[in-house]
Amino acid sequence: MPPDANVRSQRPVPTPDEASAPFFAGAARGELMLQRCGACGAFMWPVRPRCVECFSGDLEWAPASGRALLYSFAVVHQRYPGFDEPYVVATVETPEGVRFNTSIVGAGPEELEIGMALEVVFDPISADVVVPKFRPAP
Amino acid sequence: MNAAVVGLGITDMGKIYGRSAADFAAEAVALALDDAGLRKSDIDGLLINGNGNVDMEPRLQMALGFEDLTMLNVMSAAGSTSGAMVQYAALALDAGVVSHVVLVYADTPLKEDVGAAAAYARRGAWNGMNGLRGAYGEFGGNPPYALAARRHMHLYGTTSEQLGAIAVAQRKWALMNPRAQMTKPMTLEDHQSSRLVVDPFHLFDCCLVSNGAVAVIMTTADRAKNLRQPPVYVRAATQAAPGDNQRSGRDPGIHTGAKRASELAFSLAGITRHDVDVLELYDCYTYTVLVTLEDYGYCAKGEGGAFVEDGKLGPGGSLPTNTGGGQLSSYYMWGFTPLSEAVIQARGQAGERQVEKNDIVLASGNGGVLNYHSTTILSKHAA
Repeated sequence: MPPDANVRSQRPVPTPDEASAPFFAGAARGELMLQRCGACGAFMWPVRPRCVECFSGDLEWAPASGRALLYSFAVVHQRYPGFDEPYVVATVETPEGVRFNTSIVGAGPEELEIGMALEVVFDPISADVVVPKFRPAP
Repeated sequence: MNAAVVGLGITDMGKIYGRSAADFAAEAVALALDDAGLRKSDIDGLLINGNGNVDMEPRLQMALGFEDLTMLNVMSAAGSTSGAMVQYAALALDAGVVSHVVLVYADTPLKEDVGAAAAYARRGAWNGMNGLRGAYGEFGGNPPYALAARRHMHLYGTTSEQLGAIAVAQRKWALMNPRAQMTKPMTLEDHQSSRLVVDPFHLFDCCLVSNGAVAVIMTTADRAKNLRQPPVYVRAATQAAPGDNQRSGRDPGIHTGAKRASELAFSLAGITRHDVDVLELYDCYTYTVLVTLEDYGYCAKGEGGAFVEDGKLGPGGSLPTNTGGGQLSSYYMWGFTPLSEAVIQARGQAGERQVEKNDIVLASGNGGVLNYHSTTILSKHAA
């Protein structure tokens, strides 16, 4: 058992629901899936009932590039069950035009620079649930 | 607007355990009725600030013993709710559907054995996409506001010391407020050496957490003239909610609804920002004050850090702001912290901390992660 396994086991694990099932299914097979409007092509985050641009109800899921730029980051020094502080919560922006919060792996807070190129990795956080995280792009 | 604030009740604040929110709310309402010189039977409107507390629901009416109301609702726009409540109450008074409205906020997040951060980092079920927040360790309001502040620092060179200048100025005000929870002086060095909570925020960049309640009573401008307190007229009450915040090309943490809400409020009140004598700005974090000052137009976008660092927000400064100490240093009642201090200042009842020129006082509200904004302009002068 890796040394941090017990700590990690206390982390909240998302429960996929009907709306988010395609996202979590994608993550489980190693794809970052984003919701996209079938009418105008706009990408959305997190999950919308209709297109936020044209209000079409014709929404689909599409694989994203997996690339992103670091938009901002914060370093949590508070102690929460399941997390070794300090840890980073980051906002990333993808070429598809959406922005969301995530974890950064493979780089400490001191190595982060806003605007740096990132790529998605997939972290199996439980037996059933995989979540996307990001690391510096090579 | 044909409306005025005529009653204000503020309970003791802070680490007061063993009382329910309904109990605090009842005390605040009793204080406000006494303050106004009104009886419970005069009240025919009740607006409850929904905040997740189980007591802050329509049945609070029964706990308070109000009867024959012609206006009742739980309003919920996070920290901008206070301003929205003033707006709705003023519109209802003007429409004649109600005569005396109670607006009330109460909460008891602090428990004897739970830290303040844990108290507000509510651990719900982590369903769907929202569940990702738990997986990433994004608990409570600290991370998303810290992300906005870091972005501002990146774009404009804003520093932690400049944010600290806001906290220091507000602490100076708090030392003159007998209700303030924070009672020790704070220097910029104290701010810088306070522990990092979520970098870039130090502890002293973050608001307090309080148990307590505030109640406000509003009536029409005509009725207000015959009551116990000097009337505080509502000159404008606006909201702005810019919308979706996770789109490329938008910077919701940098450009907030404060711009639209304030432009509309100044226009409706027939004033400019230069006519405002006292600012009571929602301050869940120091950064919230900074970005609101920019969006209100007191300085250009990006120049908030340089604008505040000379201490102009503090006592004796050119722009008295958060004169009771704000949520950073006095008490945390969401938008009722700025609203209550605005009423006190507009009445001229702030004692040692009273700002001499108090013709126009502005209170802001802010909720979500800079998603919802309200601007309320109050004056001792009727329009």
